[in-house]
Amino acid sequence: MATQTGPSSKSVLGRLLPEGVETEQVIVHGGLLLSIFLMGLPLLLALVMSTQNTTEVYQITNIGVGSEGLSNYQTALNQYGFGEYMINSVVMSVIIVVGKVTLSLFAALALVYYRFPYERAVFMFILLTLLLPVPVRIVPLFDLMARLGWGNTLMAITGPYIASATAVFLFRQHFMSIPASLVENAHLDGVGPLRFLWEVLIPMSKGMIAGVSVITFIYAWNQYLWPLIIISDQSKQVVQVGLRFLQAASQSGLTRWGLIMAGAVIALLPPLVVLIVLHRPLLKTLAIQQK
Amino acid sequence: MSDITITGLTKRFDDVTAVDDIDLEVKNGEFLVLVGPSGCGKSTTLRMIAGLEDITSGDLHIGDRRVNDLEPKERSIAMVFQNYALYPHMTGAENMKFGMKSVSNYTSAEIDERVREAAEILDIEELLDRRPSELSGGERQRVAIGRALVREPDVFLLDEPLSNLDAKLRVQMRAELLQLHRELDATTLYVTHDQTEAMTLGDRVAVLNDGEIEQVDPPQLLYDYPATRFVAEFIGSPAMNILPVELVSDGSDISVHHEQFELPLPNADSFTAQPKSAFFGIRPEDISLARNVAGDVPTFEAEVTVTEPLGESLLIHCRVGDDEIHVKAAARSSIDPGDRLELGVDEERLHVFDGTGEAIYHSSPRGHASSDAVPTQPEP
Repeated sequence: MATQTGPSSKSVLGRLLPEGVETEQVIVHGGLLLSIFLMGLPLLLALVMSTQNTTEVYQITNIGVGSEGLSNYQTALNQYGFGEYMINSVVMSVIIVVGKVTLSLFAALALVYYRFPYERAVFMFILLTLLLPVPVRIVPLFDLMARLGWGNTLMAITGPYIASATAVFLFRQHFMSIPASLVENAHLDGVGPLRFLWEVLIPMSKGMIAGVSVITFIYAWNQYLWPLIIISDQSKQVVQVGLRFLQAASQSGLTRWGLIMAGAVIALLPPLVVLIVLHRPLLKTLAIQQK
Repeated sequence: MSDITITGLTKRFDDVTAVDDIDLEVKNGEFLVLVGPSGCGKSTTLRMIAGLEDITSGDLHIGDRRVNDLEPKERSIAMVFQNYALYPHMTGAENMKFGMKSVSNYTSAEIDERVREAAEILDIEELLDRRPSELSGGERQRVAIGRALVREPDVFLLDEPLSNLDAKLRVQMRAELLQLHRELDATTLYVTHDQTEAMTLGDRVAVLNDGEIEQVDPPQLLYDYPATRFVAEFIGSPAMNILPVELVSDGSDISVHHEQFELPLPNADSFTAQPKSAFFGIRPEDISLARNVAGDVPTFEAEVTVTEPLGESLLIHCRVGDDEIHVKAAARSSIDPGDRLELGVDEERLHVFDGTGEAIYHSSPRGHASSDAVPTQPEP
């Protein structure tokens, strides 16, 4: 403690600091600021680059706000149909979130509050599907979509994501932490399972539902490979694939990184808003996941 | 209001028999306490009556209806749980109203009126707008009881409702429950593992052990005339002393012989059986220092091992031969470990149990007070 020891034991840094500020604190805070800066650097660079023209981007030392201002954003939205991609992505993500949460709530309700044969085996089987994410199933899934006639539709980019072992698992764990006497009391009152779900379980699981929704939204929003394969109309495409289209727009043989960065920043905004609004329940959900 | 009649009630979980062929009658308006150690099947019995557990075999009647196969809500019961089972996101009033719509066809106004009445009885009007997290343990349990009251059921089932409360509050709530029962006169079945609660609350107490009923009697009779060694040791604190003895008969007189003492038993004709070896039972408060016993009662000697001052009395642990006994002496007696004591017994309060644990003798004959209660004898 710099303030409590004699002047001779003060470090150089310590002597420079005002009375009451400790050397150790300065070092810790400096380290924290540095790591936050490093982690935020790609985002900062993207923000800076999105305002630069192509020549400025290629000048490595040019890290100031560029000459384009917001015009890259306007170009991406107006000339490259980013508005449409954004709408497609939002529609897809919202459908996936609502579908996934609804289905998982029912699945968890069945797993926790109903006794049926091979209940554990069913749950294990649901967990087993974690081993087979969409990219692994891409070929058979494509075949299935083609047979169903869902190719190039909204159904194709939402349907395969509605079932979720992770969400079922999280809801199941949460339901199991609710005392059995609550459901027994409802049973005594003759409250049916749907009313119990709607009036007791869902209000008691608000935080968990919000957390799962955030995770699901960001996951759905970031889908790239599957929409790229199954959606053939550019007008039905989602924003992550739309970013890829921007790469094709070159200026005298050079990739327009400023434009791409503007697109990336636009694509980043919706999940960021969701994350900021629902960050509290998300943290709680993650804490349960760790248990 | 209705009575509950249970005949041959049995519950098996896979290979475990939790409740084994019990018969029990809870009379209309009676407060009956089911007491026993954990795992004795008392909660399972209550849950079968509530309809939360299926009945493996036996009959369950509430009033004149056989309710074995009825849904819980059709049984006209209300249950109060140990952990209150209040919905955390609802206020007290919402909790009390929640089940009402499903149970019957009350209008909202009628439900509101009933909630108001129940709140008035329990003196919880100011708690109705608060959520469970804003209530103390005792207040939560009052709201939970209120939720049961609102239903106006034929039968109240209470599953260890006071176990989550601290000691002081438990005593207070006990008194309130008794008062409530007097006001409502509702048929009540109350499950607890706490023998003090059982003794203070019950019109009658049923002692359960290992899925079987050991005895059903009013509290005082249960205490004075335990039908089995289990009941003798379970009811009363500190527990009854049980010593292995030989029964020696000399003409019409019978006495118990222990390695350290011999004690003639009064009213020897009240023996129901006379095996050679048996167990002699006497409560700690029925043993006293010989100098305090009037008349020429036989005495015996014991060595003090530990003394525990309980405040209102002094509990003395003594060795008698190879056995240990507990004696309650007057508070502030100057007795120290290592002392040798001359002890005498209250001849009115002696008990003898046979090898299977059944009572074969009580020194004061059981009066007519118990004639209306039919104790159920366990299988040997």
